[in-house]
Amino acid sequence: MEYDDVKSTIVELFRKAETELGEDVIKAIKKAYEIEENEIAKNQLKTILDNIDAAKKLKVPICQDTGLPIVFVELGRELCLDFDLKKAIIEGVKLATKEIPLRPNAVDPLTRENPGNNVGLHVPQINIDFVEGDKLKLTVMPKGAGSENTSALKMMLPSQVNEIPKFVVEVVKNAFGKPCPPIFVGVGIGSTFDGSAKLAKKALLRDVTVMDEYELRMLEAINDLGIGPMGLGGKTTALAVLVEKGYCHTASLPVAVNIQCWANRRASKVLG
Amino acid sequence: MKEISSPLNKDDVLKLKAGDIVYVTGEILTARDKAHIRILEFLQEGKELPFELNCRIIYHCGPLMKKEGEWVAVSAGPTTSARMNASTKKILEKIDCIGIIGKGGMDEEVVRALNGKGIYLAYTGGAGALAAKAIKRVRGVHWEDLGMAEAVWVLEVEKFGPCIVGIDAHGNSLYSEISKRVEENFKNIISKI
Repeated sequence: MEYDDVKSTIVELFRKAETELGEDVIKAIKKAYEIEENEIAKNQLKTILDNIDAAKKLKVPICQDTGLPIVFVELGRELCLDFDLKKAIIEGVKLATKEIPLRPNAVDPLTRENPGNNVGLHVPQINIDFVEGDKLKLTVMPKGAGSENTSALKMMLPSQVNEIPKFVVEVVKNAFGKPCPPIFVGVGIGSTFDGSAKLAKKALLRDVTVMDEYELRMLEAINDLGIGPMGLGGKTTALAVLVEKGYCHTASLPVAVNIQCWANRRASKVLG
Repeated sequence: MKEISSPLNKDDVLKLKAGDIVYVTGEILTARDKAHIRILEFLQEGKELPFELNCRIIYHCGPLMKKEGEWVAVSAGPTTSARMNASTKKILEKIDCIGIIGKGGMDEEVVRALNGKGIYLAYTGGAGALAAKAIKRVRGVHWEDLGMAEAVWVLEVEKFGPCIVGIDAHGNSLYSEISKRVEENFKNIISKI
């Protein structure tokens, strides 16, 4: 495996994530379309499905907000790399921005200056994890701002375990139509302040069609809100609630809710 | 299904009702956070805008554009309109008739400001590829210094939609109605979980 393999894989993965959604995501949206009875809600879901088809056929980004580039790396501990992995990823993002193309979204947080290539201080966001084996797994997740902006984190009290679902539903209620519902709700429970947010984001990488009883109960409560597709009313406000847990300090209970629009874009490839 | 053309005819705008499904043909102008601030500066200082705003449609959109000799819209869905609540209210004080296309709705003050003047059309968020298909030509770009997403792009669209009239020119807002229901539902839900 060489520097250029990683760089070109990053471009390939962003192209795939931006233009084609995963089968699990499409399945969830189609199911919502079947469930909805309200004319406007059905109309919104039909437009979403037509748009998914158009993007795939025309090989153009599903949404003009091509997101902030996030990359998850799973590094096999037996793997030896004799090149700068981070640099290969960064250069891959620059090339993807030019070639696909991606909208230049990354800016300085204070001056709002835009370098035009989706690269800057801590961007792309690169998360590295060590795993068994001798392979390198790359996952890209371009994250749109409309949904990210409605996310929330709360340092709950250890005595408030039973109130977690209430907090999750409240975050979705406050988000209303802003995050482009029907949404996916990533929930990180435990860990630390920052760790819970990371868990919530990682939860969004999971197969969205598989949920346990706890997650399904929250999903049902969210859909009882009636926000509906695009906040125009309906039965499907969320398509999935995905929870990831991490051990936390006995005195704390961090809970993070990361909201993701219907276009839950991600793509992975294993190298090596 | 209804169709409206831009530049807008005010009588046509006043006829539309919240919940109607419409398609737009004609000229639309993209504007988001930074362009709204600059429009407001121009209007408040009495400076002439480089584009006509009255009887036009503002599209809350930061498009993904590509230059292939001429500019082409690659993906161009709507952005979250709520960010423009405050500036829109002030801009509307200086405008007689307007259409807005966006997503997610706008607040009660904008609903009041649109009364007798204009409509808010909801286009499906994220449907950027489909929206770009309805953009037939890029007529021009203003304020390119604001960057690709924040510049004002003058777009020629044909049967752009389906758009839902989210807020009409008579004080009706689908979002206000749904929001009230959602608040009630929320109270019931949290008493159960």
